[in-house]
Amino acid sequence: MHPALSVIFFTTLSGAGYGLLALLGAGLALDLWPRETASLLWPLGLGALLTSTGLLASMAHLGQPLRAWRAFSQWRSSWLSREGVCAVTSYLPMAAIALLALRQDAQLPWPAAARLAGAALLAAALLTVFCTARIYSSLRTIPAWHNAWVAPGYLLFAAYSGGLWLWLLAALHQVGAPLPWDRLGLAPGPLMGLVGAALLVTALKLAYWRRIDGPAAVADIGSATGLGRYGTVSAFEKPHTEYNYINREMGFVLARKHAARLRAFALVCGLGLPLLGVLAAIRLPDYSPSFAALALLSGSLGIFVERWLFFAEARHVVNLYYGARRV
Amino acid sequence: MTMLPAPARRKLGLVIDLDTCVGCHACAVACKEWNDGGQFGPLPDEDAYGAEPLGVWFNRIHSYEVQPEVTPDSQGNGPLQQLYKTGFVENAPAMTVHFPRSCLHCEKPDCVTVCPTGASYKRAEDGIVLVDEEKCIGCKLCSWACPYGAREYSEKRGVMQKCTLCVDRIYNESFAPAERQPACVMACPTRARHFGDLGDADSAVSKLVAEREGYALMPELGYAPVNRYLPPRPRRNGCGDKAAAADHTETLDRDQLPPLLRWVDKLLSR
Ligand code: SF4
Ligand code: SF4
Repeated sequence: MHPALSVIFFTTLSGAGYGLLALLGAGLALDLWPRETASLLWPLGLGALLTSTGLLASMAHLGQPLRAWRAFSQWRSSWLSREGVCAVTSYLPMAAIALLALRQDAQLPWPAAARLAGAALLAAALLTVFCTARIYSSLRTIPAWHNAWVAPGYLLFAAYSGGLWLWLLAALHQVGAPLPWDRLGLAPGPLMGLVGAALLVTALKLAYWRRIDGPAAVADIGSATGLGRYGTVSAFEKPHTEYNYINREMGFVLARKHAARLRAFALVCGLGLPLLGVLAAIRLPDYSPSFAALALLSGSLGIFVERWLFFAEARHVVNLYYGARRV
Repeated sequence: MTMLPAPARRKLGLVIDLDTCVGCHACAVACKEWNDGGQFGPLPDEDAYGAEPLGVWFNRIHSYEVQPEVTPDSQGNGPLQQLYKTGFVENAPAMTVHFPRSCLHCEKPDCVTVCPTGASYKRAEDGIVLVDEEKCIGCKLCSWACPYGAREYSEKRGVMQKCTLCVDRIYNESFAPAERQPACVMACPTRARHFGDLGDADSAVSKLVAEREGYALMPELGYAPVNRYLPPRPRRNGCGDKAAAADHTETLDRDQLPPLLRWVDKLLSR
């Protein structure tokens, strides 16, 4: 599939944003989040910024962006529509938490409303990412997407990249804290959560690649044309001499040619280097903001390549009509 | 509304005869011409006379080569198995099949259900799948969901376009009844294209499908296409006699000759 930059930016940016918001929501719901207004508003604002930028990037993909409001109407059948509804709904708990953060009285315990808003934010963020993943994994025409690895992959990548942002925010916030552990930004628990997420994401991605490299095919040129019963079918002449929309959108081959290298790059950059960053910060807590920034940078780049591969490596069954033997 | 309607009794669609299609692209051209000016047009081209022309067509004509793969114990009864039975298979030539491809107006099309706006829909009354270009936001998702490559996006118009089964012709009362047919069907010089109600077992198209063992494309994807393709008939190969094929003597059908040559052949054969 043609890897449209707007869609890759959308899924990676909004993934990170919803991941960050989900972590905030979970922290609030469990009453584990620090109470200072800044600790609340920074992740909230950043999450809102990332998700909104992602949504705007996805609008750039549309042929008629001014009609985008129509996309909220078909939630009964369309995952794309459901995603839009969830994305817009998630602004409600965001606004509620912002209000609570500004008006809270630090002497009093959190009102139940804050924990409720946190839970709502967590749910809305996870649902939005889940819907994004289902847009792809529901397509029977693209075997690399139509499998059970896709949705968990999107959710875990969102949590992991949100975690990288959170680490940077926390490390900046804690510069000059008296205890070295505090200077790391995240308490040992969340930090190990980040490490765990990275390892899980790696395992998941490796399993996903194993799966899409497997021999399982949904159809072949014989069944696509119905001529397989007579012998070996091959494309003799194409209907047109130049690429048409179908070839441009669904006939992308560059990535499969360089798949092995790009996959290695995605793993090393996206997951390996950030893990090293965590280890380095534990050794040298005074530099943790720099390590967190580097981890975020390298992680984002790796995830960008991973997402690019997700699109570019996937083959669409329509290629059977243009000579592919099995898809 | 992109929920699918309850299954309709009427299933309008096309039956395409791969035996008689000669790959002339007349149907594709007639389609482009009608729909460019019709209710769902225009079908704009970009860089039409330049280095990389690109434009929307609802109908594309492929050609495939089928290399026979027939083993002596083959059970099938297709044209190439029949060739095998004639003893011709040692030199069996590949078969070329011209193959028009357009929307199959599926009964369970994901191209409809994935649409976020309701622009892509299936008509309850006759099963035709259409795009309402006033509602389409050009997200292209429906084209990803179609296994058959039937939807082409217009960069110029920013919306998705596809075969309409000439819904603006087939119900058009300003046309003589004989002309209320899709433009491709009207244009085909070999009558390889047939239009009708595939939901009615007694319709001419349904009978044709039953008689010629018409089939659906890629049924394993579960889209339940309505259109049917009629397989190529056994090829006349002119070498029915195994012994004759083996020693490469040519056979001559005297009845095919003009009277004078027939007489000469008779004379010389004495
Ligand atoms: S052929 Fe493609 S566009 Fe036509 S109804 Fe089937 S899935 Fe939809
Ligand atoms: S491109 Fe248009 S018709 Fe197709 S899914 Fe998007 S909005 Fe619907």
